Amino acid sequence: MVTATSTSPARRNHASRSPWFHVVMVPFTILWLAPILFVVLVALRNFDDIAARGLGALPASLSLDGFAGALADGRVGRALVNSAIVTVFTVVASLALASAAAYALSRFHVPLRRTILLVMLAGNLLPPQILLIPVSRITQDLGIYDTLTALVIVQVGFGLGFYTFVLHGFMRSLPGEIFEAALLDGSGPARTFWSIVLPLCRPALAALTALATTWIFNDLIWAMTVLRTEAQFPVTAALLNLQGGFSNSWNVIAAGSLVAAVPTAIVFFVFQKQFVSGLLVGSNK
Amino acid sequence: MTTMQRAPAGAAPSTRGTRDRRRGGPLRRVPLLVWMFLLVPLAVELFWVFWPAMNSFSLSFTSWKGVGAAKPVGLENYQRLAADPIFHTALRNNVIWVVGFGGLSVVGGLALAVALNRPGRGVGFYRSAIYLPMVISLAVTGLFWRVMYQPDGPIDAGLGVLGLDWLQRQWLADPDTALYAVLIAAVWRQVGYIMVLYLAGLKGTDPTLEEAAAVDGANAWQRFWRIVMPQLRGVNTVVFAVTVIDSLRTFDIVWAMTRGGPYNTTQLLSTYMFQQAFTVVNLGYGSAIAVVIFLLAIAFIITYLARQARAEES
Repeated sequence: MVTATSTSPARRNHASRSPWFHVVMVPFTILWLAPILFVVLVALRNFDDIAARGLGALPASLSLDGFAGALADGRVGRALVNSAIVTVFTVVASLALASAAAYALSRFHVPLRRTILLVMLAGNLLPPQILLIPVSRITQDLGIYDTLTALVIVQVGFGLGFYTFVLHGFMRSLPGEIFEAALLDGSGPARTFWSIVLPLCRPALAALTALATTWIFNDLIWAMTVLRTEAQFPVTAALLNLQGGFSNSWNVIAAGSLVAAVPTAIVFFVFQKQFVSGLLVGSNK
Repeated sequence: MTTMQRAPAGAAPSTRGTRDRRRGGPLRRVPLLVWMFLLVPLAVELFWVFWPAMNSFSLSFTSWKGVGAAKPVGLENYQRLAADPIFHTALRNNVIWVVGFGGLSVVGGLALAVALNRPGRGVGFYRSAIYLPMVISLAVTGLFWRVMYQPDGPIDAGLGVLGLDWLQRQWLADPDTALYAVLIAAVWRQVGYIMVLYLAGLKGTDPTLEEAAAVDGANAWQRFWRIVMPQLRGVNTVVFAVTVIDSLRTFDIVWAMTRGGPYNTTQLLSTYMFQQAFTVVNLGYGSAIAVVIFLLAIAFIITYLARQARAEES
């Protein structure tokens, strides 16, 4: 597809683009993706081939040993399940709480609402390091240390400010007539929220879902802070352990890394538009 | 603005009455349920973010091994930090990180945004390819690049093919190159994000200004710096604040690639803090490092917040 582009005559409105554009961009893009391509190649080679000819050589073998090794004792598989559980619960809980807070702050005259909103956002901007030690202690005191529940709760708390801020901006831009009509119809705040506000916020919620899913799935530091047992680890933390256990089996490590990267890559390819707009709402362009 | 939209709609008196009451000052009652909508999330955040953050401050004035009671030691942790060579390395590395990571990803992201700004054939594909690393976790990015940097790995093999054998080395084991090797991996993942921000910023610029300048004989370079860049000031502020905040948080990728080694040469404040807190279990000392990270970040957090607050107003 890319080659076709570079050889095709310049036409239409991008006629002014120099043909050198593709001459530069095609190799650049290939180079950009090279780390991913190489990891794929390494994952598909067998151990003897890598040991004999080096990691940098092109494959002389083609095998799924790496994937078999990574998935064999079920550690990576279990970690993927843990990651999925944590991601689903965190995303749903975060967005539910954040949209409720955003609704209250954007459509009602809560005293100091602007200050509250900015303070909530500020919480999300804090360096996590300032929270790690006390958070770890609090989970121990509550008896939830080393459970997925702790990981979910901690990440909900830390992300809330950002999601609330984004949803607040979106809800505030909804036309006021809708709310007046709802009020005239005798709709209470709960029904208005559930049957009017949330459906209208679908684009913002979709963007935040795509963004939050990748963030939470990719988290490492919170997992290392509140979890200890490997059986509880999400896939990022489990992979680092895998690397310790298979320090020379690069095909296994490469295969494990790819398996861990696939879920977010799928989210990205399917929801690229939402993902990008999610990044933008956070920065208000 | 809402008023302007509504006035010509010729609203029925009842509607207007409702609105007046809606706008009717701070005494307008907020239903109890709505209070709950706000207070539950707020309580969650206060308990899991602000309360722990304040605890870190008080812990930083204690010596605590995690068992028994924390022993108050006043400023001792901070005095020890001032004399701690590893802390100095971490601080210096963080400065290198802010400049290198920030500089390279902004230059890369901005250049790519300018190159890929106008739609055209292939542009969507190029953009997606550059975004892609951004969805891979930092931990996995670290593992990918470990493969790249291995002694017989693709980078050394590539240098060999190019006849640059003298450049080959153990990138991550060599104290001279390890930090930069990790930094490149982090930039690779960040460029896509910065490009997204600048693409949106460029969309908001006024093309007629550039055309006018072109008619006046300004070349592309001049047009970019004199016409386009000034219009990107808002994006620049956000990018700047986000980059510094991200730099101070950076942890995962260093942990995945070097754990701060070899000989602490890739230690950043965040990794050193983590080691002190959870490997050595010096909770007071670790908290003191965390407080330093916070103090370094706070100015940029405020910059970012101020911009968001202004955007909220308009």
